[in-house]
Amino acid sequence: MPKLKLPKPPVPDALVPRAKRPGTTGKTRPLDVAKESGISAIDWVDERTSLAGAARWMMFRKIPKGTNWFYTLGSATLFAFLSQTVTGVFLAMYYIPDTAGGAYESVRYITNEVFLGEFVRGMHKWGSSVMIILVMLHMARTFFFGAYKYPRELNWVIGVVLLILTYVMGFTGYLLPFDQRSYWATVVGVNINGTGPLVGPYLNDFMRAGPDFTQSTLARFYSIHMMLVPGILAALIGAHLYLVAKMGTTAPPWMKPEKKGDVDREGA
Amino acid sequence: MADRRKQKSTKSRYTEDRGMPGAFEGETVTRRRMMTGTAHAAGGIAAAAFILPSVGFALGPVFEEVEQSWEPVGPPEDFPDDTYVPKVITLVDGIGETGKTTVYIRTYNPDIDTEPRDEYNAWIALSTRCMHLGCPVRFVAASERFICPCHGGVYGITGEVTGGPPVRPLDRFYTRERNGQVEVGPRYSVNSELERFSPRDPGQPLDGIGPYVYPSRPTIRKLPE
Repeated sequence: MPKLKLPKPPVPDALVPRAKRPGTTGKTRPLDVAKESGISAIDWVDERTSLAGAARWMMFRKIPKGTNWFYTLGSATLFAFLSQTVTGVFLAMYYIPDTAGGAYESVRYITNEVFLGEFVRGMHKWGSSVMIILVMLHMARTFFFGAYKYPRELNWVIGVVLLILTYVMGFTGYLLPFDQRSYWATVVGVNINGTGPLVGPYLNDFMRAGPDFTQSTLARFYSIHMMLVPGILAALIGAHLYLVAKMGTTAPPWMKPEKKGDVDREGA
Repeated sequence: MADRRKQKSTKSRYTEDRGMPGAFEGETVTRRRMMTGTAHAAGGIAAAAFILPSVGFALGPVFEEVEQSWEPVGPPEDFPDDTYVPKVITLVDGIGETGKTTVYIRTYNPDIDTEPRDEYNAWIALSTRCMHLGCPVRFVAASERFICPCHGGVYGITGEVTGGPPVRPLDRFYTRERNGQVEVGPRYSVNSELERFSPRDPGQPLDGIGPYVYPSRPTIRKLPE
C-alpha cells in the first residue's frame, strides 16, 4: 500500500485509491500494480528523503485572489534561464575559445555544419534577448504591483543581483562568437566599464587579464560566461524561489480587502 | 538572560573547579569549546587554502607589468611630415589578427607639432583607438582629420580632439631609429597639452583631476623620462 498521502484536490481522479466494489476478488491485478508503480517509486524515494513535504510546500501553495497572467513572468524567466542553460551546455561541446581564429571557426562550424547547430545556437542567441526582456517585465510587474514591499525586500534585492548577473551573461556571451561585432562591442563595453572613477582602470585590467586584449581575455569571458555566473545565478534563483514560496505572492494592488483587516479570508 | 548570568556567576572559570573529569589545574577552555574552535579553524584554513590561491590566480594579471616591444615599420624616408602613413604593428603575439593594430605615422614637423623634441618623437605615431570608447579611427587625408565610425569622434592632424565625444587626444607610441629603420615602441597617453602619461584606457580624461580619478595601472607604464 502506498504510504504517500497527497492532498485530495490536486490528485487526478485516476490515482485516487477507490474502495473495492462488492463482488470483486481481493486479488491485485497487473493493471492495479501498474497504476500504483509510479506512486510506489515516489514512495520509495520519499521514505528515504522525506522530500514529499517540501515538494508539496513548494508546489501546492495558496495564491491570492486576482492572480493573473502577469504573475507568470517569473516562471517565464526561469524557463528562459533553463533554455539558456541547456542550449549553452551543448554549444560548449563544439565551441573553442581561441582568439587566433578558432573561436570564429568553431561558431561557423556550429552554425553551418553541425546537425541542428543553427537552431540550438539561434535558441541561445535569441533566448538571451528574450531572457533580458522577461527579466525587465518581471521586475516591472513586481514594482508596479508593490510586491517588493515588506516582508519581500530581500527577494527584491536578490532579484536585482539576478538582473545584474543576467546583464553580465549578456555582456560576456556577446564576445564569444568572436566576429568583428563581438570584438568591437566588447572593446567599447570594457572601456565604458573603465570610466568608473578610481576602480575602472583596475577592473578593466581584470576583465582583459592585462592592458591589452589577449587570448586570456576570451578565455576569461568564456569561463565567467559558462561557469562562474551560471553557478551563482542558479544558486540565487534557488534562494529567490524559496523566498517566493515562503512569503507567498501578493494580491494585485487593485484587490481591496473585503473586510477590514481581512485581506485573504480563504487563507489559512 | 538574567537566569543565565546568574548561573554563570556561580560557576568557576576553571574546569577543575567545575568538577570536569580529567581537568588540568588552571584550565579554562573546555574540551567542547576547544573541539568546536578547532573544527571551525580547520574548516576556515581548508577553505582559504583553495579560495585565496584561486582569487590570486584570477587577479594576478592586474599587478603584472606586460613587456612592451619595439617593432620596425620601415625606413625614415617612408614617412612624410605633412600626412600620415598607416602601418600595422603587433601589440600581442600569438593571437593572429586580433593582436594587430594600425598605427598612423609621420615625421615630426615643427610647423605643426607643439611638444618639445626629444629622443622618442622624431616620428609621430598615433594610435587608432578612439579616445571615446575605443573604436578604430581612420585618417581622411582630404580633410586632415581622424574620424571615428562609432559615435562621431573627430581629431585633427596632431591627434587633438576637434569634435565629438572623445575626452583626450589620440594615444601615441614612442618612436626611435635603429639600424636604419623607424621603430614603434610602447604606447602612452597624452592630455590636451600633449604631456605624456602612462597609458590609460579610452574614455578616461587626463586634463585637470583626470589623472587622479583614473590612476595609471601596474600593468602598463610609460617609459621613464
